[in-house]
Amino acid sequence: SSSVASPTDALHTVVLIPGDGIGPEISEAVKKVFAAARVPIQWEEHLISTKNVVPGQDLIPSTALDAIRRHGYGIKGPLETPIGKGHKSLNLTLRQALGLYANVRPCRTVPGIRTKFDHVDVVTIRENTEGEYVGLEHEVVPGVVESLKVITRSASERGARFAFEFARQNKRRRVTAVHKASVLKLSDGMFLECCRRTAKEYPDIEFREALIELCCGYLISQPQRYDVLVLTNLAGDIVSDLAAGLVGGLGLTASLNKGEHTVLAEAVHGTAPDIAGKDLANPTALLLSAVMMLREMNLHDHADRIERAIYTVIKEGKNLTGDLGGKARCSEYTRAIIDKL
Amino acid sequence: VYPSATSLGDTKLITLLPGEGIGPECMDSLVSVFGAANVPVEFEAYHIPEPEKGLPSAIVDAVNRNRLVMKGPFHTPYGFQGTSINILLRRGFDLFANVVHVFPIPGVKAKYDNIDIVLVRENTEGEYSGLEHSAVDGVVESLKIVTEEHSLRIAEYAFRYAMRNNRKKVTCVHKANILKSADGLFLECARQVASKYPFIEFESMIVDATCMRMVSQPQHFDVVLLPNLYGNIVGSVATSLGGGTGLFPGANIGPSGAMFEQGVRHAGKGIAGKGIANPTATILAGVMMLRYLKMFDFADFIQDAVTEVYENTDIRTPDMGGRATTKEFTAAIIEKMEEIMAELA
Ligand SMILES: Nc1ncnc2c1ncn2[C@@H]1O[C@H](COP(=O)(O)OP(=O)(O)OP(=O)(O)O)[C@@H](O)[C@H]1O
Ligand SMILES: Nc1ncnc2c1ncn2[C@@H]1O[C@H](COP(=O)(O)OP(=O)(O)OP(=O)(O)O)[C@@H](O)[C@H]1O
Ligand SMILES: [Mg+2]
Ligand SMILES: [Mg+2]
Repeated sequence: SSSVASPTDALHTVVLIPGDGIGPEISEAVKKVFAAARVPIQWEEHLISTKNVVPGQDLIPSTALDAIRRHGYGIKGPLETPIGKGHKSLNLTLRQALGLYANVRPCRTVPGIRTKFDHVDVVTIRENTEGEYVGLEHEVVPGVVESLKVITRSASERGARFAFEFARQNKRRRVTAVHKASVLKLSDGMFLECCRRTAKEYPDIEFREALIELCCGYLISQPQRYDVLVLTNLAGDIVSDLAAGLVGGLGLTASLNKGEHTVLAEAVHGTAPDIAGKDLANPTALLLSAVMMLREMNLHDHADRIERAIYTVIKEGKNLTGDLGGKARCSEYTRAIIDKL
Repeated sequence: VYPSATSLGDTKLITLLPGEGIGPECMDSLVSVFGAANVPVEFEAYHIPEPEKGLPSAIVDAVNRNRLVMKGPFHTPYGFQGTSINILLRRGFDLFANVVHVFPIPGVKAKYDNIDIVLVRENTEGEYSGLEHSAVDGVVESLKIVTEEHSLRIAEYAFRYAMRNNRKKVTCVHKANILKSADGLFLECARQVASKYPFIEFESMIVDATCMRMVSQPQHFDVVLLPNLYGNIVGSVATSLGGGTGLFPGANIGPSGAMFEQGVRHAGKGIAGKGIANPTATILAGVMMLRYLKMFDFADFIQDAVTEVYENTDIRTPDMGGRATTKEFTAAIIEKMEEIMAELA
């Protein structure tokens, strides 16, 4: 790019999908905090929702997908998914349509949040495109259902490489491949093989392997064992939520999806219909996800400042939302962060 | 737990498969404790020299005869292409329900107080079908099978378990928002069975949310009904929260027999042969078996002695932060049994 960018050139456009339930409230918090921090971005909002799904039409309108492809950056709140029936998950559709092949979720013990688990500092890197999420299921005969898990060498290698690159760039010491190759000999076996092979190219990063159930057990009893974890799709889903639980829950943990040219920050918690519209939601997860996105945009100073403000407010503990045992409203908590800026 | 088939008073023959890794050490401990308690059972031990070659027919015959197995773990190496002994036993004898109980042991420091969770895991199908193939080089497909028959059967077991053990709630764990057909069927079957038990609360929970909820609020859970692989993962989470893998027992129940073992089945290769494994889970699995056989007095007696050791001594194996060997820990239990007997006399 050119050497001296003019202020308008520097104004990135980011696509914002507020989402369902508490989505609009927590998105509002992100907009307010970013505005207060004078982050040089402008928003382009797309209202995607389960409610807007029309049978027979694309689940996600192509205008929204094109916008994210064009601008390269997006943030999204939670989108509701029907269980056991109905249309495919919109979250999943987005990831697949945009080729967001890796999901990154850091979970670190947060000062000021008391849990039973200390010294947690793990980043889960989840292969995001295949595995159990390919949506290939059928009823063989009445009462017998088969569901396919698909593992490919190319996607596994890409995921593994991403994990090692991530470890190197973020000065992490160790990558652990989490798998169930004792039972899924071919599928997880191939994933594990790819991790092993990739590990050889990164002698500076220590490589370990762990069975998924052992990893889950040890995350509870000895979380220091783990640093960066690389996992297949469903395993990544499960382990990342478990890790989030160890540090205070989904309301607190950031998540970023990465593709070849696209970044989508998202809160991984649900739509929380029980508290939607009541100004009670905790916007931290979406805020910290947005901070991760800023780092991808090389806006490190803004990212650091906002992150510091968030963690300071949490540590002080005076303006916490209900899910963290506090009494503050979403807007009050947001205000407190802005005051810190 | 269903009543035993034979009348009381018979000496029960139990097929003992010590297994690999820490299995033999833990099994020795169990046999000593049962001996010291004069439990009227007799163990027939079988060693499997080459587990990768499958189940020897003598063992198949023995299991069919006794229909009761005490088992240690069998380790499955990653490269192994056959079917593991563990899976052969479960599938061969149709031991469809895996029951793991995590409960407070006085004197054991758990992550939370009052964790009391029973995991009822489908033990025969799901991701453990062993059906995998490579369509073209670099592409592997793995089949997860869910059947209505087996889903109804395990759900029925979970609710009956809850009813007979005076439990209040069953949580069905699934991922039916993504696996709409497969996990959808499992969930639907659970719902159907739940409707027959209106006095037991029923809820469903997505597997990732379950893990998160369990580490932050394990007291929420009572009986948890799970498909095979989720049962493996959540079982490990629950035992870890409860104080450790080496503590909690498990049973595999079928229509015509049962097999008892450590709840989370680990070979513990890292510490095998060193004589420092924790035999608690194995001994308590023996206690589970005694309850299955309706030998409640013996069961309580042994469990009380184990609890006494944790509550009133600091004798612990290394996994529990102590320095005792398996033998020393076992001796402590036997000593407690003698104390209890002396008090009664
Ligand atoms: N950001 C948040 N702030 C506060 N509470 C939250 C937040 N996210 C989730 N929760 C709480 O956690 C619980 C579970 O949340 P979740 O959003 O997954 O609900 P859900 O009913 O599963 O929604 P969905 O159907 O979209 O998955 C809810 O009771 C909700 O109140
Ligand atoms: N009964 C037990 N007593 C003590 N430790 C146990 C017991 N059962 C399992 N463990 C521990 O649980 C862990 C997992 O055991 P497993 O056999 O699955 O893995 P491993 O590969 O042998 O061990 P590791 O991963 O520590 O090298 C090991 O650290 C083992 O020592
Ligand atoms: Mg999830
Ligand atoms: Mg949810």
